Amino acid sequence: MNDVRPSDLRLSDLRLSDLGLSNLRGWYALMVATGLVLVTGCGGGGSKPNVITTSGPNVAAISVNRGPTGNDVNEAFVSVTICVPNTSTCQTIPDVIVDTGSAGLRLTAPLTISLPQQMGSNSHPVAECLPFLSGFSWGPVQTADIKIASETASAVPVQVMSDAAFPVPGACSNMGLQPIDTVAALGANGLLGVGLANQDCGPACAPGTTSNPNLYYECPTTGCVATTEALAQQVANPVATFASDNNGVVIELPAVNGGEATVNGSLVFGIGTQSNNSLGSAKVYTVDEFGNFTTTFKGQTYSSSFLDSGSNGFFFLNSNTSGISDCTDSGFYCPQSPQSLSATNQGANGASGSIKFSIANADSLFSSGNDSAFGDLGGPGLNSFDWGLPFFYGRNVFTVIEGKSTPGGTGPFWAY
Amino acid sequence: MNRILHAYAATALLALILAVPSRMMAALGGNAASVQADQIQLQASLRTVAAEGYTVHELHAATGMVIREFVSPSGVVFGVAFDGPWFPDMHQLLSSHFEQFQQAMAQSSNRGGRRPIEVTLPGLVVRVAGHPRHYAGQAYVPDMLPQGMKAEEIR
Repeated sequence: MNDVRPSDLRLSDLRLSDLGLSNLRGWYALMVATGLVLVTGCGGGGSKPNVITTSGPNVAAISVNRGPTGNDVNEAFVSVTICVPNTSTCQTIPDVIVDTGSAGLRLTAPLTISLPQQMGSNSHPVAECLPFLSGFSWGPVQTADIKIASETASAVPVQVMSDAAFPVPGACSNMGLQPIDTVAALGANGLLGVGLANQDCGPACAPGTTSNPNLYYECPTTGCVATTEALAQQVANPVATFASDNNGVVIELPAVNGGEATVNGSLVFGIGTQSNNSLGSAKVYTVDEFGNFTTTFKGQTYSSSFLDSGSNGFFFLNSNTSGISDCTDSGFYCPQSPQSLSATNQGANGASGSIKFSIANADSLFSSGNDSAFGDLGGPGLNSFDWGLPFFYGRNVFTVIEGKSTPGGTGPFWAY
Repeated sequence: MNRILHAYAATALLALILAVPSRMMAALGGNAASVQADQIQLQASLRTVAAEGYTVHELHAATGMVIREFVSPSGVVFGVAFDGPWFPDMHQLLSSHFEQFQQAMAQSSNRGGRRPIEVTLPGLVVRVAGHPRHYAGQAYVPDMLPQGMKAEEIR
């Protein structure tokens, strides 16, 4: 169970020559040179294809591919450069997952540069344990300049999971999750959290809190001890600290019909700050205090629903409540024939709109062997809708950071 | 004399508390008294609601986590649900089922993709969905569900 990836594939399956990717990349580069890529085909966005911005100082290239381990599905990767603050001592890290479901940069790739370690109030190193569904991220908090496209986040706290200097505390293991601190475990060199929040934890972890979830630790040689962490010291959404284009991101990916070996798109910084990132006709959906909105499906309302580019499918309900069969050997849905479905999302602001999506048989999708991007991949979840990366195919999705203003209002909100 | 007796009683009580094995301080599969242990551990307020065929003990922890423990008429916790900004202490919630859960997580190749957790074993089901700043989940022992109760009611 829970086999996210087609296990019968090997890295050797992904040779560029086999896939004709060299040519594809050439064509794509030609289109990029023209500034815009018009994507044809009808995707999640409806009848009109979405327009993907590919040029500008605020645009980073996204690639959906099998990733550094060769077996990822529906993971959107970007390249990120980290530097020792205020120096030209830098390391470029490719294949970092773009995650609108979290905040902050976390690295699994071993570092070839040495970043300054953040020290706590008792002058001991600070480390963090952050739970994700895929596992817990554990490692020291260090400080880096983060460069992506032409944007820079200066002296930002990041989490270096690849630094194993500190043993995992008991409270972290007691969540029962596995570590995601290696490239193999994460399936990527890192996670770039560019979601709704400014920091990963926020006021709950800061001094004066009455509800500390104990994510941050100070680590004397005798062992790590849970502590509070000031907002400015917390692992931060780097976008929020850019000098400009700092109110959020747009993820722009083409529609994906069936499966595709690679998909190219853009991560655009800022909303309404440049000629290439205006909200246009996108509708604003605000979120509740937890970063959720409401999805209504077959007459039932699910209030803990959310958009998340870091989830690799549509995850909702279970086989009983969705009426869609589970796969026998993985945690995905395997209907006998593709299911065309419809749901309605509603923001806390009352804005609502319907979403058409479909769920295909995951075993069939994976059987092609070479593909990494699947527009119709889904699986069971809980009593909520997790609108993962397939939601972003064929639809430009705006994620606005809490407290940041845009022409469409103040974040946090999504717009699409 | 009285003072000595009090001191003796206090020491005995402390010894008793310290002697309680950690697996007793837990929910799933435990008795109704384990709910109170959870309440102390979580520094939570407790509300009890009777439903048809079972009782729900609802704990509100200081972290914002709400934990609902489902207790059968015979006083056994057959299911737990949680909802809150962060992950719960599964070791405490799952009690003697924790190792099963941990093993299932270790064996799954869920890592690499972010997606809901689904562990379905003959004696244990665990499902968790959400994202940082909001997680919700359920855990139950399938054979112990009261007759006619749907698993989706554990929420």
